[in-house]
Amino acid sequence: MLLIHCPHCGPRDEGEFTCGGESHIQRPALSASAEDWAEYLFLRHNPAGVTYERWRHTFGCERWFNVARCTVSHRIEAVYAMTEAKPDIA
Amino acid sequence: MTRLPTGGLIDRSKAVRFRFNGRDYAGHPGDTLASALLANGVRLIGRSFKYHRPRGIMAAGAEEANALVQLGSGSSAEPNLKATQVPLRDGLEATSVNCWPGPRFDLRGINQLASPLLIAGFYYKTFMWPSWHLFEGPIRRAAGLGLAPEGPDPDRYVHAHARHDVIVVGGGPAGLAAAHDAALAGGSVLLVESDFELGGSALWRPEVEVAPAIAALRAMANVTILTRTEVFGYYDHNSLAAVETVMAGDGPRQRLWKLRAGKVIIATGAIERPLVFAGNDRPGVMLASAAQAYVQRYGVLPGHRIVIATNNDSTKEVASVLTAAGASVDVVDSRRGLSVTHAKGALGVKAARLSDGRTLPCDLLLMSGGWSPVVHLFSQSGGSLRYDDTIAAFVPAVARQPVECVGGAAGDLGDLNIEPEWETPGSGKKFVDFANDVTARDIAIAASENYRSVEHLKRYTTLGMGSDQGKTSNVNGLALMGELTGRAPGNVGTTKFRPPYNPVTFGALAGPLVGTLHTPIKCLPAHAWHAEQGAVFEEHGRWIRPTAYPRSGESWEAAAQREALEARTSAVLFDGSPLGKIEVCGPDAAVFLDRIYVGTASTLKPGRSRYGLMLSEHGVIVDDGIFVRLAEDRFLVHTTSGGADRIALAMEEWLQCEWTDLRVAILPATSQWAVMTVSGPGARQMIADVGTDIDLADFPHMAFREGTVAGFAARVLRASFTGEASYEISVAARHATALAQRFGRAGAVPIGVEALNILRTEKGYLHIGVDTDGTTLPDDVGMAGPIAKKASDFVGRRSLLRDDAAREDRLQLVGLLSDGPMLTVGSQVLAPGGTVPGPSDGHVTSAVFSPTLGRPIAMGLVRRGRSRKGEVVELYDMGTRLKATIVDPVFVDKAGEKLNG
Repeated sequence: MLLIHCPHCGPRDEGEFTCGGESHIQRPALSASAEDWAEYLFLRHNPAGVTYERWRHTFGCERWFNVARCTVSHRIEAVYAMTEAKPDIA
Repeated sequence: MTRLPTGGLIDRSKAVRFRFNGRDYAGHPGDTLASALLANGVRLIGRSFKYHRPRGIMAAGAEEANALVQLGSGSSAEPNLKATQVPLRDGLEATSVNCWPGPRFDLRGINQLASPLLIAGFYYKTFMWPSWHLFEGPIRRAAGLGLAPEGPDPDRYVHAHARHDVIVVGGGPAGLAAAHDAALAGGSVLLVESDFELGGSALWRPEVEVAPAIAALRAMANVTILTRTEVFGYYDHNSLAAVETVMAGDGPRQRLWKLRAGKVIIATGAIERPLVFAGNDRPGVMLASAAQAYVQRYGVLPGHRIVIATNNDSTKEVASVLTAAGASVDVVDSRRGLSVTHAKGALGVKAARLSDGRTLPCDLLLMSGGWSPVVHLFSQSGGSLRYDDTIAAFVPAVARQPVECVGGAAGDLGDLNIEPEWETPGSGKKFVDFANDVTARDIAIAASENYRSVEHLKRYTTLGMGSDQGKTSNVNGLALMGELTGRAPGNVGTTKFRPPYNPVTFGALAGPLVGTLHTPIKCLPAHAWHAEQGAVFEEHGRWIRPTAYPRSGESWEAAAQREALEARTSAVLFDGSPLGKIEVCGPDAAVFLDRIYVGTASTLKPGRSRYGLMLSEHGVIVDDGIFVRLAEDRFLVHTTSGGADRIALAMEEWLQCEWTDLRVAILPATSQWAVMTVSGPGARQMIADVGTDIDLADFPHMAFREGTVAGFAARVLRASFTGEASYEISVAARHATALAQRFGRAGAVPIGVEALNILRTEKGYLHIGVDTDGTTLPDDVGMAGPIAKKASDFVGRRSLLRDDAAREDRLQLVGLLSDGPMLTVGSQVLAPGGTVPGPSDGHVTSAVFSPTLGRPIAMGLVRRGRSRKGEVVELYDMGTRLKATIVDPVFVDKAGEKLNG
């Protein structure tokens, strides 16, 4: 079980959170091509390395925020606001 | 009796009475079931998993693979416990597993005769034709172990959380020392021991002094000690899971601990390995260290003429302990070219045959094939292992988490001088995995069939997959595989160690979250009033709601018919309190709802409402409801009863993650408001009768007013799910009962969910999730109208422009009229030709008997349905064929004139 540092509530068990999947996905305009729309709906990165996800502290403050997490080491590299840009993690 | 007159950690002054297989025995406090059985001379404990071979006690701890017992009976039965891990207590009742009528004479022992057929992969090869399922039942009955408990578990289980700077797993000499060091550093320390006594190997090696260390730890305020607590899993971010078995009192039976540590110290010791010779599974064949434990800890001498077969130096100590206890001991050491090749004796070992042809009579045959550090938790933590030639075992290599192994678990086993002989020469059944009856021959078969990977070996032979999870068999099995394929054990590697280290009860995992706590249910604020009216309740989307209000002698089905008819002719009261209510507030509320709904919110005037459809980004209908504009910057959004939580969360997600610039707040208010809906031709008069300050003459369909009803502050919405003039009256939840009473006294007939379902089906009103599924788009249910008029984007709109959304052969919602009988929900509409099995042209989604029309009616999703009105289609349901005509889904008041009242 991961230990996630909620930016509002502090370190809490993973069980209090909901993972909302990959973050930083740009929602295309209505004029998007079928290919772009399909990519938005269905294509996700699945790296062996740092993945950028959005999580909600469901059983806490109910706020969404971003988590950069390594899928190999399970290390959490960064926790940052929804409005922040993707951090550069080597 | 084999109990020694002195020695051990048992209290000889007290007797503990217990039963095994219906016979009474006695042991002492401090005994395990296994030690007490041995003290009583019981050697035969049960039968093995596959071949029903007689089995005894092979170990003294968690690694036991033979001596499985069933405790208790009925609902509190516990199957497949290791007798070596069951603390003896008064009144304990245990039975053998996997034998009938008993372990001595077991009818299923006939499996042994068929054993040449039951080799590795036998069921894949033998039972494939014509179908595995023909054979599965009898095979599953013949194999297997204990019996699952029957009925609900009478015991309580709880979950507990704890966080410590250092968690030490294992209370043996190394763990005690590590805990003491950690405690001196000042942080909080948790020491977890699976046994009921601290001490580990010191319990059977009295020369190792641990009492001072235990006393010191008990005196330190920053140290917590848990015994009878097994750490069974090591997960991410240094979290551990453990089960504590609570022995006394009326409290829970087990406590599941969810632990988090700054640092974990693994001090789980090492497990001795069996030798692989013929008959090594017979009762009376035991791990050498186990015999030492029975003598030193329990004061039980498990044999008098003892042969020790070994390949390392750890048995020197065993031999001297047993000799001192009065046994005669012969040591057969493979390092000197002499091995035990065969254990003789059917129900218990009688002699050992040696590789030089001699036979040594014995009543206990001990074996030591070396030692395996208990690296399970370290491996689970993500740490890698390496093979250490000097001790012929896998030891921790590189850690991935803040964890350290100490003592035996780290491979600190002293000078073993081991020279492994992985398989003793000679013929016969040489068991590698005792729990799952895997022999050396099975491994050879797997190798000959090119199962080289250790993971494949495991799955093909079931090596290590028994209830002991391969504690004694893993290394022997993979080393044998290595010999057969020309690889060193280190190159074969181990399978991934996975939780749980020892079996965990479902009760512990479920904890308190069973029964009504598993899925909390909600009661209506006026629940008691409904009960007084004779309501039959049922769960609908976690709410307990009235299904109908049957009168004396009336079935609930008949009651629903009567209630529905009342709604068409007089005035009825429906409790719609679970209706989802979300207030959406802020300067950008209208913009936000324009993006959420298929319909448009920004053009709505305050005091008016509109029907809204919500889509997923895939264009699929996920919810619907009426939204009301309370003010320029304030909307009241109604969702389906089941969708209230989900839709509020989805709105928050869009606001917080996508449209972060919108100034909107989401206020879920479902349970704050009770909703009493008065519906029917007499509804308006009834509201006038109970009293209101709202001008009912100027209150059209789809309008919204605030005022008082029967003296209570109320929000009233003219919306209808019955097709009749309806007033949805929302009052504070605490007034629900009083308002219901007022309407009841005014003569309103209460109606339940079933009547509402009849009424809405008669009107062809959609029930999301019933008349729609995960593929249904707005146009499929005839609701594409608002889209053409709307310029802006909304959730799911782009998906409606896909080619697939414009397909002409989509399933469309239509009405279905049978030629007489009721249709069944789920019936398939057969494609032209009517072959079964064959292509489907859709299915029935709603079906009721209409009291208004006096005939059955139905709705369904039918391929190209809207263009097929008037066509007769064939339906198929569970072997029955019916015919139905496709019609418009509005069966009653097609013009909608009754809505205005």
